[in-house]
Amino acid sequence: MAVRRLYPEQPASFAFTPENAAWAKKEIAKYPPGKEASAVLALLWRAQAQEGWCTEPAIRAVADMLGMAHIRVLEVATFYTMFQLAPVGSTAHLWVCGTTPCMLRGSEALIEICKEEIAENPHELSRDGRFSWEEVECLGCCANAPVVQIGADTYEDLDPELFEKLLYGLREGRPPKPGSQIGRQASAPVGGPTTLQAPNKKGARV
Amino acid sequence: MLEDKDRIFRNLYGFEDWRLAGARARGTWSDTKALIEKGHDWIIGEVKTSGLRGRGGAGFPTGLKWSFMPKSDPRPSYLVVNADESEPGSCKDREIMRHEPHMLLEGAMLAAFAMRAHTAFIYIRGEFMHERQRLQTAVDEAIEAKLIGKNNVNGWDFDVIVHHGAGAYICGEETGLLESIEGKKGMPRLKPPFPANVGLYGAPTTVNNVESIAVVPDILRRGGAWFAALGLPNNTGTKLFQISGHVEQPCVVEEEMGIPLKELINEHGGGVRGGWDNLLAVIPGGASMPLLTAEQCESVTMDFDALAKLKSGLGTGAAIVMDKSTDPIKAIARIAYFFKHESCGQCTPCREGTGWMFRVLERMQRGEAEKSEIDLLFKVTKQVEGHTICALGDAAAWPVQGLLRNFRHLIEERIDAYQAAVKEAAE
Repeated sequence: MAVRRLYPEQPASFAFTPENAAWAKKEIAKYPPGKEASAVLALLWRAQAQEGWCTEPAIRAVADMLGMAHIRVLEVATFYTMFQLAPVGSTAHLWVCGTTPCMLRGSEALIEICKEEIAENPHELSRDGRFSWEEVECLGCCANAPVVQIGADTYEDLDPELFEKLLYGLREGRPPKPGSQIGRQASAPVGGPTTLQAPNKKGARV
Repeated sequence: MLEDKDRIFRNLYGFEDWRLAGARARGTWSDTKALIEKGHDWIIGEVKTSGLRGRGGAGFPTGLKWSFMPKSDPRPSYLVVNADESEPGSCKDREIMRHEPHMLLEGAMLAAFAMRAHTAFIYIRGEFMHERQRLQTAVDEAIEAKLIGKNNVNGWDFDVIVHHGAGAYICGEETGLLESIEGKKGMPRLKPPFPANVGLYGAPTTVNNVESIAVVPDILRRGGAWFAALGLPNNTGTKLFQISGHVEQPCVVEEEMGIPLKELINEHGGGVRGGWDNLLAVIPGGASMPLLTAEQCESVTMDFDALAKLKSGLGTGAAIVMDKSTDPIKAIARIAYFFKHESCGQCTPCREGTGWMFRVLERMQRGEAEKSEIDLLFKVTKQVEGHTICALGDAAAWPVQGLLRNFRHLIEERIDAYQAAVKEAAE
């Protein structure tokens, strides 16, 4: 288990923007009547996207919208580790995968760079407040290890040099294109696929 | 090696269009209606004939699982597709969702029809944001083309809800996943009742892995017998394998079940870094499976039964390769940390045991331990294994057991070296 507590300094209030409120209504309607609670993860995601992190007033507001007890949504927000319970870097929060497949391919060196260039500790803001990082448990891109995820984008097949390049790009507002940083096509072997090469009437690549 | 004509995932790497037009060109959605018209029992029968075993790790026969669903029940039935791919080493479902989302949708429709369900939930892990968007786009396209939804051309009302997770490995456990969809913490439920009787919202539910569902259309079109003829008896068909770690070319690849591990690594993974003789160990099925020694890797085949014989398992077919530069104690300690982090905390043996195992391994990694602790650690893994509601406790215990079985000498050497160094420092 991970110990996850609310941040001591919380904003006074939270309200969804009209667009997000309308979106939330549609999201809740996806689920059968009486099962509104099913939308809790989706709404917390949207609240986090709006505020930058998952605030306590947002947790209460989501609970009220779904007819759930506040404590139930607090449980959810603290259980699921992608909800950021503290403010994160304004430019980027880096999820650096440190699990064994990434570790075998050098993620420890990436974490060292994070410590040097962003902040000594995970979840700590860099001095300019623009960056933060944390070591995460398996991002599910193991054939493209090591991997760093920022928002929806994964940066794959990294090494210290490519990672420095990524950090530089982020600082300059010109991050590299997400995906493999060595030009691989998805999870095909470097140098091209070993399969799916023959012409195939079902339409495989020729 | 499997021939291309027998491969199911023809756009595995995304060289081609993933959208509806591209999927149709590859044969997806071509005659779904005709397959549905053959009836519920025919579909379940073909899947049983194919010998397909669940691709999420446990390897339970898929057709048999479907047959557990009630045939007439006043409650709605649900299909839940488990796309919470989080097992370290596994990265195959991601490829299906981003490059063949329509195969998954068509498979979901056929599976849902077979078990008389009109609604499917696809629970996708929080980290897969682009994949979720693609899946949602595919759903929207399919609704637009009237392939799914109410009064669709295929003649079976079918709705799909793409549900987004938020970072919890335990939600890959089927009942933890159901709890999560219901808006709760993903804490697994005590079984029985099994989901086929009391599942999502208290209704009959079947939970299947993405790959198990996505291969269904091809099995039905080409015939269960075709699938059954591939692979080995009781381990039939093709499978997406993932090769990560110390190989020249890590990749995801579709191969026949029962392919020798050595062939998989050499033919598709480009070989072990520094040559086959530089191999130390392989974790054959994702982080929860005990590792194999280089000697065992020489001849083992990648299938459920052969790996079980070596006290390991096929799991998700994710081979994590370690060369001789690896410290296996550290590698397994990191896996132990993973399970400590991901334990939901519900059962005491797992909540306390995972942390305990990690802390001991971390010390052993430095040699800072007593030799008697090796046996103690093994005993503790046995006290965790089989004593928890879900299999996370087992999953945490097995890799540690594998390490102790195969690398005991290394731990002992490390302890000796540490104690010698302490003694020398004292003198």
